[in-house]
Amino acid sequence: MNANPAESATGGDAVIADGLTKRFGTFTAVDRLSMRIARGEVMGFIGPNGAGKSTSIRMLCGLVEPSEGRASVAGFDVGSQSQEVREHIGYMSQKFSLYGDLTVRENLRFFAGIYRVPAGELAGRMEYAVSMAGLEGQENTRVATLAGGWKQRLALGCAILHRPPVLFLDEPTSGVEPEARRRFWDLIHDLAANGVTTLVSTHYMDEAEYCNRIALIDRGKLVAMGSPSELRQRGLGGALYELECSPLGAALEALHGAPGILEAAIFGDRLHVVVESGAAGAPALAERLRGHGIAVGTIRPTLPTLEDVFVHLVARGLETRTIG
Amino acid sequence: MSPRRLFAMVYKEALQILRDPRSLAIALVMPLMQMGLLGYGVSLDIKHVPICVYDQENSQLTRAIVSRFDAADWFSTVRTLHDQAGVRRAIDAGECIAAVVIPVDFSRTLAATGGATIQAVFDATDVNTSNIAQGYLQGVIAEVNAGIEARWFAAHGGQPSGIGQIDLQPGTWFNETLDSRNFIIPGVVAVILALIGAQLTSLTISREWERGTMEQLISTPVTALEVMLGKLIPYFAVGMIDAAVCLALAVFWFDVPFRGNLLTLFVATALFSLVVLGIGYLISVRIRSQLAASQIALLVTLLPTTLLSGYTFPIDQMPRVIQAITLVVYPRYYVTILRGIFLKASTLLDLWQPLLGMIVFAILIVWLASRAFHKRLD
Ligand SMILES: Nc1ncnc2c1ncn2[C@@H]1O[C@H](COP(=O)(O)OP(=O)(O)O)[C@@H](O)[C@H]1O
Ligand SMILES: [Mg+2]
Repeated sequence: MNANPAESATGGDAVIADGLTKRFGTFTAVDRLSMRIARGEVMGFIGPNGAGKSTSIRMLCGLVEPSEGRASVAGFDVGSQSQEVREHIGYMSQKFSLYGDLTVRENLRFFAGIYRVPAGELAGRMEYAVSMAGLEGQENTRVATLAGGWKQRLALGCAILHRPPVLFLDEPTSGVEPEARRRFWDLIHDLAANGVTTLVSTHYMDEAEYCNRIALIDRGKLVAMGSPSELRQRGLGGALYELECSPLGAALEALHGAPGILEAAIFGDRLHVVVESGAAGAPALAERLRGHGIAVGTIRPTLPTLEDVFVHLVARGLETRTIG
Repeated sequence: MSPRRLFAMVYKEALQILRDPRSLAIALVMPLMQMGLLGYGVSLDIKHVPICVYDQENSQLTRAIVSRFDAADWFSTVRTLHDQAGVRRAIDAGECIAAVVIPVDFSRTLAATGGATIQAVFDATDVNTSNIAQGYLQGVIAEVNAGIEARWFAAHGGQPSGIGQIDLQPGTWFNETLDSRNFIIPGVVAVILALIGAQLTSLTISREWERGTMEQLISTPVTALEVMLGKLIPYFAVGMIDAAVCLALAVFWFDVPFRGNLLTLFVATALFSLVVLGIGYLISVRIRSQLAASQIALLVTLLPTTLLSGYTFPIDQMPRVIQAITLVVYPRYYVTILRGIFLKASTLLDLWQPLLGMIVFAILIVWLASRAFHKRLD
C-alpha cells in the first residue's frame, strides 16, 4: 500500500467529491455536490434538517451508493476501493451507535479488533481514547448508562483508534450540552493539528465558526463554501452597512430598487443595506437618503452573521428556482 | 477474511448473548419447556397405513379375511407377499408399517380348536404408527370374528354356535418396548432445534439495525463474511448446547433408547444447526425489524418441521404430491437421521441419503447467507 496515498493521488486533497448525487425515487436528496477538502482541514457541513448532510457523508463513506458522481477519500476511489476507504476513515453516524450493552472497554476493544490495531499499541491507544473521552475509572461501565457528552466522546475515541487520516462526523454534538460541545470541538482541533482531515456536519450555526471552511447546503444543493470570515464578507454579494436614520419606512422605500443597492431591510431600529461591491459606499448612500428628506445618523460597515448569510443565500436559491 | 476481525465479532456477539435476557431465555429455557410440552402431549389419528399380507394358506376363508383388510379405510396399499423374507424386506424398505402373516394351517386350526392366530409384524422404528396400525388390525379382526367366520362355518357345515376366535399375535422387531414416545421424541428434538436456532439468529442483524449500531459497523473494514461468521459461530455453540440438552433429556428423562453412535449424531446435529441458524440469519439480513424477523423465522421453521418433517405425520402416509414436497423440507432429513440413530443404530453410511440431503441444504443456506448481507444502507 502506498505510504501516503492521499498526497500522491490527489495532490493533497483528502476528500474529493465530484458531482455526487443521490436520488430516492424521484426525490433528489443530494444534487451534484462537488467539493475538495485539503489535508488537515476542518470542513463544516452546515444546513437545516433534511438538507442532505447525512446522505452526502454516507456517500463519501461508501455506505450509500451515489446515483451519480464519484468521490475519492484519502486517495481511494469510494466506488471501487471501498475496503481501502473504510480502513482510512473514522465515522460517527448521526445516531449514537456504540454497543450500549457492552462496557466502555469492551466497545473500544471491539473496534480495535475490527480495525486491527496492532497488538503492541492496543493498550496505549485504548488508554488514550479513555482519557480523551474523560472516562478514566469508568472503563467497566455499560455504555448505555453514560451521559450524552461522554457517549459522543467515546464514539469519537472508537472512530479514531486506528488513526484514520480522514474523519466523518455526522452531527456529533447534537443533543449535547454547550460545555460538552466545546470540549468536543477542542478534540477535533487537536486531531486537525495532527493532520487529520475532518468533515463535520452540524445544524448549530455557532459551531460554524470553529471550522476552517464551511459548506452551506440546502435542499441537497451546495449554496456556498468558504471560510467563515470569507462567507461573512462576501456571502451577501456586497458590502453590508448598518445605518441609523428616520423615518425607517421611508428610507426603506427610497432604497428599494435603487441602482447599486442589492438589499435593504429593517433591523431593529436600524437599517441593514447591502451595497453592490464596487459601487460607491457610505457617502453615496447618505446622499441618496438625504435627497429623499430623510435624516441620516451614523453609517458604518458591518459584517453579517453566518446565519444572515445562510438565510440570504437560501432565499436567493428559492428565487432563482422559482424564476428558472 | 481476517482472524483478528472475526474474533472481535465473535467475542462481541458472545458478550451480547450473555447480556441479553431475551436471547438467553430463548437459548436456555425454551428447549426445556418445549421438550416437556411436545414430549408429552401427543396423540395421533392416522389413516391409510400401508400394510402387507403374507397369506400362507391362501384359501377361501383367508382370502375373505384379506379382502376385509383391503376394504378397511384405515389401510392404504395392501400388498401381497409370498415368503417370510419378503415380509422383512418390505418393512426394511419402508413399504409397509405392518405385515400380516396368516399361517398355512389357519383354517384347520380354527376348525379344530375354535381359535387361530394371525401374526402381525410391525416396523418398530415408527412405533407410533405401528401402535395405531395394531389397533386398526385388531379392529378388522374383530369384524372378521363377528362376520366372515360365521358364514364360513355355515358353508362348511360347522357349528356356528361354537364361535371360534381369531387372535392377533403381534411381534415386533428392533424395539421391544413399543412406546410411541420413542418415535416422537427424536422428532421433537428436531422441532425444538429448528425453532430456537432460527429464532436466535433472526434477531442478530435486525437488532443492529434497530439500535443503529449497524451503520457504524458497516463503516468499518469488517467484511460481510466476517459479519456472517461472527454472528453464526457463537449461536452455533448455543445451538449445540441446546441439542445436547434436548438429546440428553430424550435419553435420560424420556428413556428413548440410544442405539447409534455419538459421532453420527454430532455430524447430523451440526449440519442441522448450521441450516437453521443460516435460515434465521438470512431472514435477519432481509427484515430490519426484530419483531417481524422473529415472526417470519417462527413461520418458516414451525410449519415445515411440525407438518412436513415426518415428526408427527409419517411421510409415507402423505399424499404423493406432499411427499415430493417434503424432499425440500430440510427437517425431514434430520428427523430421519435421528430416528435412525436412536432406534436402528444406523451408522453414517446407512444414513448417507438423508445426510446428503442435509449437506446440500447446509451448503445452499450458507452460500445464500454469505451473499445476502451488503455493507450498504440502501
Ligand atoms: N433512505 C432514504 N429514503 C428516502 N429518503 C431519504 C432517505 N434518506 C434520506 N432521505 C431524505 O433525504 C433528505 C436528506 O436527508 P439527510 O441527508 O438525512 O439530511 P440531513 O442529514 O441534512 O438532515 C431528507 O429529506 C430525507 O427525508
Ligand atoms: Mg443528518
